[in-house]
Amino acid sequence: MPTLHRTLRLQWEEAQQAWVLLYPEGMVTLNESAAAILRRCDGSRTLDMLIDELQGAYRIEGIAAEVHAFVKHAFERGWLA
Amino acid sequence: MRPGPPLWLLAELTYRCPLHCAFCSNPVDYARHGAELGTAQWLDVLAQARALGAVQLGLSGGEPLMRKDLEAIVAHARRLGFYINLITSGVGLTDERLGALRAAGLDHIQLSFQDSTRELNDFLSSTRTFELKQRVARMIKAHGYPMVMNCVLHRHNLPHVGAIIEMALEMGAEYLELANTQYYGWAWRNRLALMPDAAQLREAEAVVERYRQRIGSRCRILFVVPDYFETRPKKCMNGWGTTFLGVAPDGTALPCHAARMLPGLSLPNVADMPLRDIWFDSEAFNRYRGTAWMKGACQSCDEKEADAGGCRCQAWQLTGDADATDPVCDRSDHHDRVRAIVAQGRLAAVLSQGRVERGREAPLLFRTDANSLRLSEP
Repeated sequence: MPTLHRTLRLQWEEAQQAWVLLYPEGMVTLNESAAAILRRCDGSRTLDMLIDELQGAYRIEGIAAEVHAFVKHAFERGWLA
Repeated sequence: MRPGPPLWLLAELTYRCPLHCAFCSNPVDYARHGAELGTAQWLDVLAQARALGAVQLGLSGGEPLMRKDLEAIVAHARRLGFYINLITSGVGLTDERLGALRAAGLDHIQLSFQDSTRELNDFLSSTRTFELKQRVARMIKAHGYPMVMNCVLHRHNLPHVGAIIEMALEMGAEYLELANTQYYGWAWRNRLALMPDAAQLREAEAVVERYRQRIGSRCRILFVVPDYFETRPKKCMNGWGTTFLGVAPDGTALPCHAARMLPGLSLPNVADMPLRDIWFDSEAFNRYRGTAWMKGACQSCDEKEADAGGCRCQAWQLTGDADATDPVCDRSDHHDRVRAIVAQGRLAAVLSQGRVERGREAPLLFRTDANSLRLSEP
C-alpha cells in the first residue's frame, strides 16, 4: 500500500493553482494526474484499489500501466515509502 | 510580463549568533544595522508573503533560536500553510524547545556543522560546540524531524568530506548539504584563507560520487562546485525577483541575501511598504529582473536565459560594476580576476603549510561584533 514518505507534505496551492509536494528546502509542482495518484497514496489502499478508484473517478480505463510507471518513479524519487 | 509569486521566503530573524564563523554570509557591517522587527511585524510579514503565494519558509539568522518568540512565529506560519525550515547552529536547541517547535508545526531542521573533527569545528566557529551539535542531532532525530546536515566546505575541510558524510549517515540525516563556501560577506574577507584548489574539489566530488552510488536514497548528498572553479555563472537565486524573497532582521527586503552590498540599490523595508508592492513594483526587485538590463556580452549571449546573467554581487565585488557580466563566465573580460583569486589562495595555502591557524599571509577574521564595528567604521 503506497504511502507518501513521512518527510513530505502534499498541499493545494491557490497561487499556483496546483498541488505541490513540499520537502526540506524544496518543492515539486505536480501535474493533475500525478496529484490524483499521490493524493491517494495514504497507506489505506493497495495499488490495484487505487487504480480502480481513479478509473471510476475519471471515467477512464486502461491506465494501470501509466500508474505503475508513475508509482515506480515516485518510489525512486523517494516520494513514496 | 508580470512576474510570478515569490515561492521561497527567507526570514532572517536576527543577526545575533553564538557562533563566530569565518565564512558567515551575514553582512560584515551587521553590528550597525537597525533594530530587529518585533513579533507582530514578523507575523504580518508571514501573512503577507503567504497571501502572495510563498510556501517555503526558511527561518534563519544569525541564530533564530536567539528569538524567544520563535515558537509563536512557527505556530503562525504553520496556520498559514507554510512548509517551515529551521536553519540553525543547534546552540539553544533543548529537548523542551524541540518539543514545543514540533507542536507548533515546525517541519524540518537544518543543522550546521563546521567539520567532522572537534578541532576544526571549534576553531572555525571560534566556539566549543562540536559535542553540543552531536547531542542536538540525536535529539532532533528522537523528535522525529527530517534533518538536513549542512557543512560549509573550504580548503581546510574538503579533505574530510568522506568523514563528514560518515557523520551525517551515523546521525541519520535525510539530506547532507555540502555547501562550498560562497565568497560574500565574511567569507569574502577570508577568501585567501579559505579558497580550495581544483584538485581538492575534484577529489571531494569523487568521494561524494562513490558514496552516492553506495547509499542510494538513504541520504541525499548535495554538492555544488563553487563558482570560482566554473566557466559559466550560476542562475543566482533562480533569477532576480523570480522566486526568492529575503527579509533581514531590520525588515529590509532582499532579492538575494547579499544584495545589500550593491551600490545605489535602494532596498525597501517591510515597515514602509506592503510586501506585494515590494515584490512587484519596487525599483530594487525590478532592477535585474528578466534580461533587458543586461549589457553587451550578456545581451547578445545565447545562454542569457539559462543563467540570467549570474550573480550581481559577484560582478560588483570583482569588477566594480554591478551591471557587468558575472566574471565567473569565461566570456567576461574580467574572468582573469577570478583565476587570480584562486591562484592567490593556492599561494596562501602553501605559505601557511595548509595549517589554518598559521595563516600569516591570510589570517582568519572571525565574525564578531567587535570586528563588525571595526571593519565598518564610517
